Amino acid sequence: MQKAIKKYFPVFVLPTMIAFAIGFIAPFLLGIYLSFCKFTTVTDAEFIGLGNYVKTLGDPEFIHSLWYTALYTVVTVLLINVLAFAVAMLLTKGIKGTNIFRTVFFMPNLIGGIVLGYVWQLLLNGILAYFDRTLTYSEVYGFWGLVILVLWQQVGYMMIIYISGIQNIPGELIEAAKIDGASSWQILKNVTIPMVMPSITICTFLTLTNGFKLFDQNLALTNGAPSKMSELLALNIYNTFYGRAGWEGVGQAKAVEFFVLVAIIALIQNKLTRSKEVQQ
Amino acid sequence: MSARKAKHGWILTVIFTIISLLYIYPIVLVFINSFKKKAYISKEPFALPTDKMFVRLENYIRGIEQTDLIKAFGWSVFITVFSVAAIILFCSMCAWYISRVNTKVTKTIYILCLFAMVVPFQMEMYTLSKISNMLHMGNPWGIIVIYLGFGAGLSVFMFTGFMKSIPLEIEEAAMIDGCTPLQTYFRVVMPISKPTCVTVAILQAMWIWNDYLLPSLVLDQRKYKTVPMAVQYLKGGYGSVDMGAMMGTLVLAIVPIIIFYLFCQKYIIEGVVAGAVKG
Repeated sequence: MQKAIKKYFPVFVLPTMIAFAIGFIAPFLLGIYLSFCKFTTVTDAEFIGLGNYVKTLGDPEFIHSLWYTALYTVVTVLLINVLAFAVAMLLTKGIKGTNIFRTVFFMPNLIGGIVLGYVWQLLLNGILAYFDRTLTYSEVYGFWGLVILVLWQQVGYMMIIYISGIQNIPGELIEAAKIDGASSWQILKNVTIPMVMPSITICTFLTLTNGFKLFDQNLALTNGAPSKMSELLALNIYNTFYGRAGWEGVGQAKAVEFFVLVAIIALIQNKLTRSKEVQQ
Repeated sequence: MSARKAKHGWILTVIFTIISLLYIYPIVLVFINSFKKKAYISKEPFALPTDKMFVRLENYIRGIEQTDLIKAFGWSVFITVFSVAAIILFCSMCAWYISRVNTKVTKTIYILCLFAMVVPFQMEMYTLSKISNMLHMGNPWGIIVIYLGFGAGLSVFMFTGFMKSIPLEIEEAAMIDGCTPLQTYFRVVMPISKPTCVTVAILQAMWIWNDYLLPSLVLDQRKYKTVPMAVQYLKGGYGSVDMGAMMGTLVLAIVPIIIFYLFCQKYIIEGVVAGAVKG
């Protein structure tokens, strides 16, 4: 059978691969190359070695956005997962209205980041107005504004994944633990959490990469104000490309560093949580 | 015991009802403000529109006019529908091929797809916009090709995962009966893969419909806008933001999605779960 199919390579694989080459591979390779060049358009690129990388490290706004993003990601990963897991536990007890609550909590995921950003700008600025402040008063307001927005958006998504994880735990396991006299806390710690470890792996992976890559919400909610202090990494890179003439090469070098960072974190996270999963 | 449990559940229902109402509140607030005169929106966002504030549908009309929202909506539908269709068709075909033919080339393709899932868009955005410009792909047809390339990573990965689980005997039987690989694919493999098609379609549609950065960099903004671009245009196009038009546009951007969601929520939620388990 393999032989018969093999001849059909152009029909089955080529369309996807051409699009993949144009949309992904070519921009990726060109991006790596350009990060070592000085250029304003792609055609005038001139090789300069590591100059751009040196410049990224000397850019205080970039370093600030790096720490700002790291802190933001840690806070959101923890809060989203804890809240989503707690809600999932409560919504698998079979209370009245479970389906409606699930529908409501998931809903914000259907709405795009730009739209959500402006929705929350209205609400948060309205509340802060009572204290004579706005979201752009200082980076702290922008930070927590963004955290609240993303919680509102992503808790529902992760909750759905946790609910399916919890529902897949065999009932006998919990029964057996109860008969052995385990308390609810012990059941949670020794049965439920180890059994939903695959869901935890997925949800921490998703929230971690979402946190690092967040762009639309940041752009709409504060756009980096005041003076770029609430800029996350993705927005900082965007502004380096399109806001600073002559810095395109530095922007591309930042983008490569960003990619390496995301890849390393994804790998480490995957190793760490996968090792805690139990065989069912 | 059961009486106590029931009472417990009743309290939880009340608590969750309150949280749910709070959850919807931000959207309700935008809806309320969309009927106010623009000067009152920033000043008194929490007040209900009284006579002197009330402007009927003016904000909606201004929003539609300033952003060309109807056209943006049309382009968003066009781009989302055809990109998702292209992804489903071509990525599933590619996945079937690489799960059935075992060579170095197919292994490389699979690894590249895995790799593509980790690369953040910022790594690609500048060069992608230049390349698409050079190839004259800054239109809704060109962007479909780009979405196919960008969606290929996740989609091929998910389809391959499923297709490896299809027993080979079914396809072999079809081939022995005289089906060509194309006939086998469309008459046997594609129908079996329907659940995975739905999952992939939902995940990709959610992403493409809401995507702002890629179309804003690739599309020729004077001619083509998608809905997220239209919303952001209100912010960028004018010195001070017209809050009235903004509220109207936001409501119009949200309502169709919520209606769609209420009709298809079972599939959407199942799709997200299936996608997460495989991813």
